[in-house]
Amino acid sequence: MPAVQETVDRVRRIDVDQYRYGFETLIESEKAPKGLSEDIVRFISEKKNEPAWMLEWRLEAYRRWLTMTEPTWARVNYPKIDYQDLYYYAAPKPKKTLSSIDEIDPEILKTYEKLGIPLREVAILEGVEPPPGGEPSEQRKIAVDAVFDSVSVATTFQKELKKAGVIFMPISEAIREHPELVRKYLGSVVPTSDNFFATLNSAVFSDGSFVYVPPGVRCPMELSTYFRINERNTGQFERTLIIADKGSYVSYLEGCTAPQRDENQLHAAVVELVALDDAEIKYSTVQNWYPGNSEGKGGIYNFVTKRGDCRGNHSKISWTQVETGSAITWKYPSCILRGDNSRGEFYSIAISNGYQQVDSGTKMLHLGKNTSSRIISKGIAAGKSQNTYRGLVTAHRKATGARNYTACDSLLIGDKCGAHTVPYVEAKNSSATFEHEATTSKISEDVLFYCTQRGLSQEEAVGLVVNGFVKDVLQQLPMEFAVEAQKLISISLEGSVG
Amino acid sequence: MALLEVKDLQVRVEDREILHGLSLTVNDGEVHAIMGPNGSGKSTLSHVIAGKPGYEVTGGQILFRGEDLLEMEPDERAAKGVFLAFQYPVEIPGVTTMNFLRTALNAQRKARGESELLVPDFLKKVRSVAAGLNIPQDMLKRGVNVGFSGGEKKRNEILQMALFEPSLCILDEMDSGLDIDALRIAADGVNALRSPERAMVVITHYQRLLNYIVPDYVHVMAKGRVVKSGGKELALQLEESGYAQFEDAA
Repeated sequence: MPAVQETVDRVRRIDVDQYRYGFETLIESEKAPKGLSEDIVRFISEKKNEPAWMLEWRLEAYRRWLTMTEPTWARVNYPKIDYQDLYYYAAPKPKKTLSSIDEIDPEILKTYEKLGIPLREVAILEGVEPPPGGEPSEQRKIAVDAVFDSVSVATTFQKELKKAGVIFMPISEAIREHPELVRKYLGSVVPTSDNFFATLNSAVFSDGSFVYVPPGVRCPMELSTYFRINERNTGQFERTLIIADKGSYVSYLEGCTAPQRDENQLHAAVVELVALDDAEIKYSTVQNWYPGNSEGKGGIYNFVTKRGDCRGNHSKISWTQVETGSAITWKYPSCILRGDNSRGEFYSIAISNGYQQVDSGTKMLHLGKNTSSRIISKGIAAGKSQNTYRGLVTAHRKATGARNYTACDSLLIGDKCGAHTVPYVEAKNSSATFEHEATTSKISEDVLFYCTQRGLSQEEAVGLVVNGFVKDVLQQLPMEFAVEAQKLISISLEGSVG
Repeated sequence: MALLEVKDLQVRVEDREILHGLSLTVNDGEVHAIMGPNGSGKSTLSHVIAGKPGYEVTGGQILFRGEDLLEMEPDERAAKGVFLAFQYPVEIPGVTTMNFLRTALNAQRKARGESELLVPDFLKKVRSVAAGLNIPQDMLKRGVNVGFSGGEKKRNEILQMALFEPSLCILDEMDSGLDIDALRIAADGVNALRSPERAMVVITHYQRLLNYIVPDYVHVMAKGRVVKSGGKELALQLEESGYAQFEDAA
């Protein structure tokens, strides 16, 4: 089977160094001393001008973390992390409060421009300087919160959002300006004691986004956050909290990139979503952290806790993720279906190439009556990567009429990679209907030959087959993201066939 | 210059030689039938002409309008005008037939240095070709060959043949898995595509296909060689006497 052999050889040669976002931005930054201690937690809290209650919250998490051990149940392997050998805080200098885009370090602005995130242009659209002849309102607007290392550097469209009553700001600001909301909801979905990484995050998180959509408001634009890790040896611990009050709707997008480095970097984020009665939150992620090079050197360790609470009746939370980056992914965006008739959705495309290891999936916890959930997971493994879907679906005793549909499909490219499906299903209410379907397939020689016989190159053929495979999930993404994701998928798989 | 010249072709799969010096010449517009028992190397020949990986050519050559076909990737051969209608067309879930057709056609056009076909022109073209083959519109919206019946799969092959306008069509066991009505529809589709600019190589085990697609020449293959060539009457003769005589001769 020469073509398979060729595929294997080609994959062996790939430098995942085609990673397009691997550049580093040279800016001065301010760091906390290396290592983790109560003093570091105090340092971070002080840097953020936090109130005393917040510091206490962090310290409690830190003390709890000291008693916890790192989880080992995921199908991933990595050398032991020395938590004292990391920086827990890095901020670009100068770190005075910025009142306009113009005060942002031009190097950082350039970074976001390179990443295709035009903070300045978006700011112009905000109405500060209407472009000559341009009609800003005709453009589809996306408000952006840009997080660079540990701090949020810019949030656009604040004014327009404010008019609608939507709060969208760095969480560090929200802690100062909206303490009542933050205190009420922070840690209410992912408690500080939840798991090793979430607890660590609770102690040292430095920034992230905060969103509050008031009752009955449909957020007038997509909200998005772009996370960028720049500093060396620096962990990124962002914290996102989104609250959709009764009858409101919000769509939130998240993107992530990092420079190419030989050493691994830790990213341990926590995302909490709260949907009250009749509210809906749509959360989409395109995760493209640096995956490491062809020998498996470097890359981000992505240990993330994402959870949504459908707290109100008839509420809905939908997670869509396209995972192409990271050396190791440990991530299970989940839904607690607490309200009656609430609905949770999880749509995922996880692509692994080179030496990447992915252990990702979801949890759908049915607590309320007539709750429903849907899981569509598409795993694509190439190179020497390992790709695991791990999912849990449970129905509580009182969850009468709970329904779940799960479909997990895996696609293998080459014969040195692995795909694994680990579903856990648990129904304590006899009226629950849980369906599970799983398939594993390979892009066969026959399919490739058929496509090439019709004039497609090998790469075009793989792209076509893969895009067909992930179509159901891509359709769930907002338009702009779907296009980006489609491009990203072909880049991640470039050179995966001969 | 001949359209296709296969000269003394020797082909191995792993350690076994399948073709032991096969020669065949096809000129523009001619229809050649290649008949032979199972295992005689008919499908191998079609795969090697189209460039399927997994075969090792150990001797001889294949020229297409004088160019060395064996030096080209399968997609380059397709763009040059080589089309293989598969015995077992593959399924591609999630990729609509329409999208597949457009992507493939434009890839071929691009390889030939032609401009991409605009969407309205493309749609017009596909619809008219599809109507001629009795292919309903909803079939074009479904995943490539996904859930298609045997007859639909073969009609989909002929649809592509009509759309890509190749100068050489190789039909590999087109009659396999078709009932008589489906066979007639498929054969009508093929006959409509016969033209002085398009040659065909019809590979079949049974004579019955040749009642519908009447060839100019018939070749009998046995044990990796062409053992006898003649006109269309050779097929009828075979129907009566069977392949055994040729297998013994080879």
